[in-house]
Amino acid sequence: MTTLTVVQAGLGSPSSTQLLATRLAEATQRLVPDLEVRTAHLRDLARDIADNLVTGFPSARLREVVESVVGADALIAVTPTFNASYSGLFKSFVDVLEPESLVGKPVLIGATGGTERHSLVLDHALRPLFAYLRAIVVPTGVYAASSDWGADGLPGRVDRAAGELADLLAGRAPVKPAHDGFVPFDQLLAGR
Amino acid sequence: MQFGVFTVGDVTPDPTTGRTPTEAERIKAMVAIALKAEEVGLDVFATGEHHNPPFVPSSPTTMLGYIAARTERLILSTATTLITTNDPVKIAEDYAMLQHLADGRVDLIMGRGNTGPVYPWFGKDIRDGIDLAIENYALLHKLWREDVVDWQGKHRTPLQSFTSTPRPLDDVPPFVWHGSIRSPQIAEQAAYYGDGFFANHIFWPKEHFQRLITFYRERYEHHGHGAAHQAIVGLGGQVFMRRNSQDAVREFRPYFDNAPVYGHGPSLEEFTEQTPLTVGSPQEVIDKTLTFREHFGDYQRQLFLMDHAGLPLKTVLEQLDFLGEIVPTLRREFAVGRPADVPDAPTHSSMLKAVVR
Repeated sequence: MTTLTVVQAGLGSPSSTQLLATRLAEATQRLVPDLEVRTAHLRDLARDIADNLVTGFPSARLREVVESVVGADALIAVTPTFNASYSGLFKSFVDVLEPESLVGKPVLIGATGGTERHSLVLDHALRPLFAYLRAIVVPTGVYAASSDWGADGLPGRVDRAAGELADLLAGRAPVKPAHDGFVPFDQLLAGR
Repeated sequence: MQFGVFTVGDVTPDPTTGRTPTEAERIKAMVAIALKAEEVGLDVFATGEHHNPPFVPSSPTTMLGYIAARTERLILSTATTLITTNDPVKIAEDYAMLQHLADGRVDLIMGRGNTGPVYPWFGKDIRDGIDLAIENYALLHKLWREDVVDWQGKHRTPLQSFTSTPRPLDDVPPFVWHGSIRSPQIAEQAAYYGDGFFANHIFWPKEHFQRLITFYRERYEHHGHGAAHQAIVGLGGQVFMRRNSQDAVREFRPYFDNAPVYGHGPSLEEFTEQTPLTVGSPQEVIDKTLTFREHFGDYQRQLFLMDHAGLPLKTVLEQLDFLGEIVPTLRREFAVGRPADVPDAPTHSSMLKAVVR
């Protein structure tokens, strides 16, 4: 059995961060047989996380979540974008993990935001964070702006990212594109 | 079994009045607490060593020497002696001197100190913390046991034909505990020398310390000093008592809520559930303290932190009266079912007897 832990730092209810995290997890589940998925909703642990910062040790229920993150075969981490970065709650959770506890861990990163203009949060904030932690972040991160929920494109990115995570879990090299972008002319002419 | 108090020597405003004691008041309060500890029948007083505000005890042997002159029975100890940033030669000399003045009523708990800037102030680097603790203690151990020492190491100028004076009282070095809340290397160091291991477990849940103490016990046996259950273990504790549990909680809460270490975090109720902190009636403190043996095995020394977070001296002295009241019960209860081959904590007289025999 393979285990996947989903950490999401959405604050609202319903929450687009929660929604994106769920879709990423379901897409991964479709590709990885016998995948056990556990979900950590950081909002429910907000006080525990703050207490851990102060006291240096986790409460019993936070310890359970930390253990599920550290012990999982893969991690999906999704945060809302606040002031051009991950949310403070998200970072605080990462800050209470023991040093080196994510070394080598396959991670899929995701973020949500009000507008597309924040999409680089993935590559300017989340990716360097996990690089520092020496986790292995899959090439595709998934950013969902409000407008993405009413447009096409998001499901394809979700599937591509999930596929990369599944490949990493299976120890497969990422699948190369089947072609180099060549499209027969009759299809081009048909507008596709 | 030994019971006592340890103090960090923090100068903290009393959150209920906003008043901050002066350094002079705090230093005299620490002395008053030590004298009271002897008066109510405790065995040990241990002072912290710090070299940065808001702490006052930078010169432990000065204070302990003064207390030695005013007490008869009390064992004078440290919590902790900075084995990293102090020169081991000076530790060897200072504490041997104190031994003579106190007729042997001296031991030490070694610690590394966890405040980054203190290291460079003494020409050291916190990244060398473990290495300094290992090397400095190896030298200290030698200085107390060999009259003439040739020595060379990484962190100090070499010594040729050096004799540390005065020699330890009766040629019996003070007993040493090694304190750590995290580092298996320090537990291993304590086990290697057959020294004591002091786990100040007051701020964290017991599971963490169970691993550390079990490791120390196993390694103590491995290094041939005795069976694991005979290793010399000391524990911290933190209590506040009133006749009625509710009165204790009401009075202590503002101190808890504003305490330097854990204040503004978890609630008093959560913290007492997760850590050894006990706020309640004397019986509740007895009950909680007796659980330590279930978690960590039969042990030798129990030190309580009584005077931090801005508690006024008057209150602390009342707390010591409570301690004096419950310690006979604790002694009796801890003795029940204790295997005969579990040793007491070594003292000067017990170590002297062992040598003479």
